[in-house]
Amino acid sequence: MPTKIHFLLNDRAVCTSEPGGLLVLDYLRKKEHLAGTKEGCKEGDCGACVVLIGDLEGEKVHYRPVTSCLTPLGELQGKHLVTIEGLNLADDLSPVQQAIVAEGGSQCGFCTPGIVVSLTGFLMQEGWDVSPAGIKKALSGHLCRCTGYASLKRAGKILQNTIAKDLVQTKSRIETLIALGALPAYFRDIPARLRALPAMHTEEAALPSEFMVAGGTDIYVQKGEALPEARVKILNLYPEIRGITRQNGHIRIGALTTFEEIAHHPQILEIMPEMPQYLHLIASWQVCNRATLGGNIINASPIGDMTAIFLALEAELVLCEGIKSRSVAIKEFYKGYKKLDKTPGEILTEVVVPVRDRETKFNFEKVSKRKCLDIASVTSAVRVKLDKGAIGDIALTMGGVAPIPLFMRNTCAYLLGKPVSKDTVKGAMPVAQSEISPISDIRGSSDYKRLLVRQFLIAHLCKLFPESVKARDLI
Amino acid sequence: MIKHIDAASHTRGESQYIDDMWQPADLLHAAVYASPVAHGKIVSIEMQDALKVEGVAAVFTAQDIPGRNQHGTIIQDDLVLADKDVHYIGEPVAVVVARTPEIARAGVKRVRMEVKESPGVFDAREAYAKGEIIGQPLTFTLGDVDSVWEKCAIVVAGSTETGGQEHAYLETQSARVIPLEGNTWRVYASTQSPTAVQKTIALMLNIPFPQVEVDVPRLGGGFGGKEDQATQWAAIAALSAWKLKRPVQIVLSRAEDVRMTGKRHPYSSDFKMGLSKEGKILAYEVKMYQNAGATADLSPAILYRSLFHATNAYYVPNVRAFAVSCRTNLLSNTAFRGFGGPQGMFVIEAAIAKAAEKLGMAKEEIQRKNLIKEGEMFSYHQQVNAPRAERTWDEAMQIYKISDIKKEIQAYNDKHYETKKGCAVMPICFGISFTTTFLNQASALVHIYTDGNISVSTNGVEMGQGVNTNLTEITARALGVRPERIKIESNNTKRTVNMSASAASACTDLNGNALLHATAQLCERLYTFAASELKLADKAKVAVVAEKVLYDGKETGWNWDKLIISGYLNRVDLSAHGFYATPNIAFDAKSNQGNAFAYHVFGTAIIEVTVDCLRGTYDIDAVKLVHDGGSSVNQLILRGQVEGGLAQGLGWMTLEEIKFNEKGLLLSNALASYKVPETYFMPDDIQVKFLEGVDNPASPFGAKAVGEPPLMYGIGVFFAIRSAMQTFSPNKTFAFNAPMTPERVLMELHGDYLKEVQR
Repeated sequence: MPTKIHFLLNDRAVCTSEPGGLLVLDYLRKKEHLAGTKEGCKEGDCGACVVLIGDLEGEKVHYRPVTSCLTPLGELQGKHLVTIEGLNLADDLSPVQQAIVAEGGSQCGFCTPGIVVSLTGFLMQEGWDVSPAGIKKALSGHLCRCTGYASLKRAGKILQNTIAKDLVQTKSRIETLIALGALPAYFRDIPARLRALPAMHTEEAALPSEFMVAGGTDIYVQKGEALPEARVKILNLYPEIRGITRQNGHIRIGALTTFEEIAHHPQILEIMPEMPQYLHLIASWQVCNRATLGGNIINASPIGDMTAIFLALEAELVLCEGIKSRSVAIKEFYKGYKKLDKTPGEILTEVVVPVRDRETKFNFEKVSKRKCLDIASVTSAVRVKLDKGAIGDIALTMGGVAPIPLFMRNTCAYLLGKPVSKDTVKGAMPVAQSEISPISDIRGSSDYKRLLVRQFLIAHLCKLFPESVKARDLI
Repeated sequence: MIKHIDAASHTRGESQYIDDMWQPADLLHAAVYASPVAHGKIVSIEMQDALKVEGVAAVFTAQDIPGRNQHGTIIQDDLVLADKDVHYIGEPVAVVVARTPEIARAGVKRVRMEVKESPGVFDAREAYAKGEIIGQPLTFTLGDVDSVWEKCAIVVAGSTETGGQEHAYLETQSARVIPLEGNTWRVYASTQSPTAVQKTIALMLNIPFPQVEVDVPRLGGGFGGKEDQATQWAAIAALSAWKLKRPVQIVLSRAEDVRMTGKRHPYSSDFKMGLSKEGKILAYEVKMYQNAGATADLSPAILYRSLFHATNAYYVPNVRAFAVSCRTNLLSNTAFRGFGGPQGMFVIEAAIAKAAEKLGMAKEEIQRKNLIKEGEMFSYHQQVNAPRAERTWDEAMQIYKISDIKKEIQAYNDKHYETKKGCAVMPICFGISFTTTFLNQASALVHIYTDGNISVSTNGVEMGQGVNTNLTEITARALGVRPERIKIESNNTKRTVNMSASAASACTDLNGNALLHATAQLCERLYTFAASELKLADKAKVAVVAEKVLYDGKETGWNWDKLIISGYLNRVDLSAHGFYATPNIAFDAKSNQGNAFAYHVFGTAIIEVTVDCLRGTYDIDAVKLVHDGGSSVNQLILRGQVEGGLAQGLGWMTLEEIKFNEKGLLLSNALASYKVPETYFMPDDIQVKFLEGVDNPASPFGAKAVGEPPLMYGIGVFFAIRSAMQTFSPNKTFAFNAPMTPERVLMELHGDYLKEVQR
């Protein structure tokens, strides 16, 4: 008997034996003929394929919009998959749909269903304000080439002016949204129906997996054609390696913890208060709901943003194979372009960050062609603590300037013990330039990347120590 | 005012695009093998391995084409499938047809081609120097620049570059072909030019035009990218269907679409401008080198529009504008909103910026002084009619208080070191009509059914721009019925024929006027009939208003339903065909003079930015504009076009960068490496005001065309960013090279540092 996946698709239960590595997008369009979910780019950039995935968390179901073009079908086991068809009321438009129609927020219409899904998903987030910033976050993962977004923002304003007040302090957003005609009534019974779903039937794997998929946001872009046919191990079926805890002065982050969860977690905010602002430079809400910290680190892209950040935090990585486990410093983990200190059987399970004292400062800098939601030209993080006015502890990283995410060892060594001053910054420049080796590519010329390294050094120190270092003395 | 008539079904995900339509059980899927080299002679194409893939039905090449292997519209140099040579990376060479798109793509990977490579040319000026040009170079002349230069107080000269632009319509190129009986073929295509598709397929298959039925339900975006370049994909599907006698569909993946279709033309230009010391432009000379890519496509027509708009909204008494289309070994560039106009306008804006620096005068002062006025003439010798350049400018300055904006910017810049604000004013002037005069025609077919409901077919393709909404509104107003009565049909070459492309912003103008011609005939027949039935003396006093039949403004007791059913029972013809040809336009391509346009659209935008001069990044803070929309048919549609066009213009000038490597391989080959504006990029502060109390006799109900002109407001962002950069580094000179990516900003501001770097 092949593997069978049980889940709810809109208002009906589904049991499928399609391959677990098949994309949810392809499953919807080709097997279910649910054509409201569109294929726009198949790499998570356009949002035309956004659906909601509902996870049972306690008594409630937590719905998250995700790009179905990067989500494997196998992960839906026990979950509620909602497409635009599942949000439509029989004979009326929902408030989200009405607002878009009223403001002319749909022109050619191809991007529209995904936008309706994300906006509805946004309204479903318990405790979230329907504010212009929130609406932008919901729209962030969607490309619309027709409207220029102004009418969509105005549609958001309508929601803010009409139903936002009803969503404040409700016991259950879902109940309220059903009452407002923003969700069909069947949503009410979903928690009970999810609990009643049978478990996944898995055939004992005869052969080892060819691919391991965490969030899928990178591997599906790279190997999208191969994965549906391949033997794929879907790591999200092992939720025990997800979540954030604090133990003995360390923050332990499960490798499957998503960017979205990391960015808003109180433990993370304590060490990096500006993390939510960094996030919209990094990826859209819909992708952040999928992308995992472990995936980012293992993917070993030299321009991984989260990797640059956790490298500056000097995290420890916990690698497991069966019952064996070992720890390796992230600083030592990257051995060459996409070469890791990891055996094929090992899985990254945890990222452990020591909590430093409150005087430790942190900053993240990133420049990409498009300011938000783009891949970096250069990405950089710094962690620094002063000791009697001099640099007492520093970790500086640069992504996009070497074959690996680069810990700037020589520059850090140079800076250590020096006073925070413009001369120190100037002195560090040649050191920094000598330990990078950027190449020219679509993200920028090697000269540009060298220039950015200089600018980031200045930016980090000006931002963290505005009293001691001023941009006007350096540029 | 009605809403976009498809909006409700769009928001429910119920609108169908080609790939969403229910599929016949026997549908096969096509995928294209494209040339991996930029230039060379095809030695052999090896298909055996592809045919071995299970599920592959066939592989076809140019050898399988029975008739004409050609889809070019202006010059016949565009092959459906490459024949003897390849001319660019991404040129379709072979088509693999299979049970699923995945299998077809797997087959494509197994096609091999041997090519004897030749050197490629990728730069427009280099191509020009080698004589690689398409058509003839063009020159527009007004007055005599040569005799004026020495009378000018200052003369400035310089060069500019503008980049290409990917259309990034959300629905990729798609077509489905269904065999019908008797060697006839139904083609569903995502095209702006149904007739071009029909004609190309018929000539390719050696069959009469009526045996090819092209049906276009809607497009998921076009922007010019499906004006000429949708044809090839439909033809490839048709060839496959014809060979196999099976339905065949082709839907390009995003990667295929970006790598195989043409984009906006990059231009490299030289300018020279002479002015009086008061800032009056006395002479302007420009030379534009258009990078056409490998084939003509629409490049010659686009080249014309660069010349038509080379002086933007300004009157320049002495002009010599030269432009040439240069053939290179790149993707064949094509129509994109603005159609060469933006490229022409950018150069004169750069020239004015440079002149302003030399005169020590604000750029806006020169711009304002030279705006075109009644009685003045464009370089193509058309006198401007009802110009609103000054009016939109003055209203924009007044409403948005430019002096306050400038004061605030100054105050900010005095207080901040590493970030600087800047602003620019961008006036626009865009001519409406196809500049190829014969294309300015359209037809409509209107049927009234006995339930009183109305079916409308026209040549206008709905691609999101709202033509169907406008046509609904026009029909409802003309017949005096509720909009719900009206069904705008798909475009179908069996219902209306010989269609010009839905392009040149003229879609509502042409088709709306053709529609009014049809409804006028219906009204004439129905009112004549009602007058006789109701014994009313003067049929001219009969009217239908809000579905009531009125006589001299008073109710007659008849309503629309009664009128229609009675008309039917009395054998009144309830169908009408309408036709429209734009009057009073004529352009002589020998002298390059004439009334090329029915009218012009004007407007003025103020664009404000903040540049982070440490990081090279920027935010667009605000765009505030006054636009001349005539007395619009539908304000919601109008506003949507202005805001959407603006976004594309801002993107083109800033982050949208097309990059090739030295072998002609596209590097910005996905939406991950080619970035278009998203929500955060666009400013929250966008203010759009329309001129009030203005009309336009040339268009239905006095509206003005709106599709393309607003894109050109975006040009202002380049100059706003540049102005902020100049505030930061007053002694540096900055190039006029667009797009102004963060990389360009930073390299121009701080590139000197690299001289210090030890490698």
